[in-house]
Amino acid sequence: MTEPNDKSRRGFLGAAAVGAAGLGVAAIAPGLHLIEVSQASAPSQGASSKVRWGMLIDTTKCASGCDACVKACNTENGINEVLKDPRQASQWIRKIDLKDPKSGIAHSLPMMCQHCEHPPCVDVCPTGASMKRADGIVLVDRHTCIGCRYCMLACPYKARSFVHMTLTEQNPEVPRGQGCVESCTFCVQRVDKGQIPACVEACANAEHNAMLFGDLNDLNSAIAQRVAQVKTTQVRADLKLNVGVRYQGI
Amino acid sequence: MVRLLALMAFLIMGAVASLAAHAAGVPKPVIKIENPGQCIAATEDMRVNHMNMLGHQRDRSLRQGIRGEKANLNGCINCHASKTTGSVIGKDGFCESCHTYTAVKVDCWQCHQPKAGYKAAGIKP
Repeated sequence: MTEPNDKSRRGFLGAAAVGAAGLGVAAIAPGLHLIEVSQASAPSQGASSKVRWGMLIDTTKCASGCDACVKACNTENGINEVLKDPRQASQWIRKIDLKDPKSGIAHSLPMMCQHCEHPPCVDVCPTGASMKRADGIVLVDRHTCIGCRYCMLACPYKARSFVHMTLTEQNPEVPRGQGCVESCTFCVQRVDKGQIPACVEACANAEHNAMLFGDLNDLNSAIAQRVAQVKTTQVRADLKLNVGVRYQGI
Repeated sequence: MVRLLALMAFLIMGAVASLAAHAAGVPKPVIKIENPGQCIAATEDMRVNHMNMLGHQRDRSLRQGIRGEKANLNGCINCHASKTTGSVIGKDGFCESCHTYTAVKVDCWQCHQPKAGYKAAGIKP
């Protein structure tokens, strides 16, 4: 979605006149001036397309019965509402226990938004609210989400939830409210500050170290090296969505 | 004739009374600056343009990941939240008092937290 440009011509000319009269003018060509914007602290550069955020989950290290990642997610993102019907509760991340009935081998793993390169939720969204950032993080723009839930149907990973009740206990950095669809954001508010997602941190604190977060495009990053060395699986790889969350050991 | 005059007098008195009430007007909004200091722009500019500043910033912040811009809702809240309620909404809240006066409904608080420095607790899954 392009940003609406509602700067009026009058406003632009006025600003240009003020800029030319003041000091903040840089000449880029004779008669053509670029107005320099002075700011106390420069804003960040924003998401770069050179980065592809991803996660590697080692199911051999993930402990059945441990829900440290889910708790950390709920705390970080302020998911604290109690619904009459628990089936309607928001699940940004959930724990799944798998067992092969024949061999009896069991796996436990967290499942969340897989941050696809080609996300079906973005394809189907009628308003452009479902979107992918340049660095591969798939988000819902709640300002444009109309709550139609088409993306919930389209997602092969059941990763999205709909907020069913009025909320007042949000975290300032994680706005969320009734009538919008939501899902894992890779803790975008932390990632933009150079931190790792809350679930990954909690998994390390619980001494399981089953989750690894990093830039899949950076060949020196721990996650890119692990993905290059060990066999990892994309869930539903047949859909060719090229997901950002990889699993090891399943 | 007398009855007609009486009726006219009654009507005029009614009109005068309603004009007087109108002159007093609805209560003016309470604009309390609890942390006096430098806002990101002049008051006149903020009054006219704050919605445009926030509207453009929110798209850049969410869609492009540009953080730390001058205009941002949490920045507004951190400075303008009431010291008694900790919030920018409520009866004399910085946002709500003006928006009630001008009858402009904002939906920000359906998702955004109006209290400065609020820490939400997660629940046990």
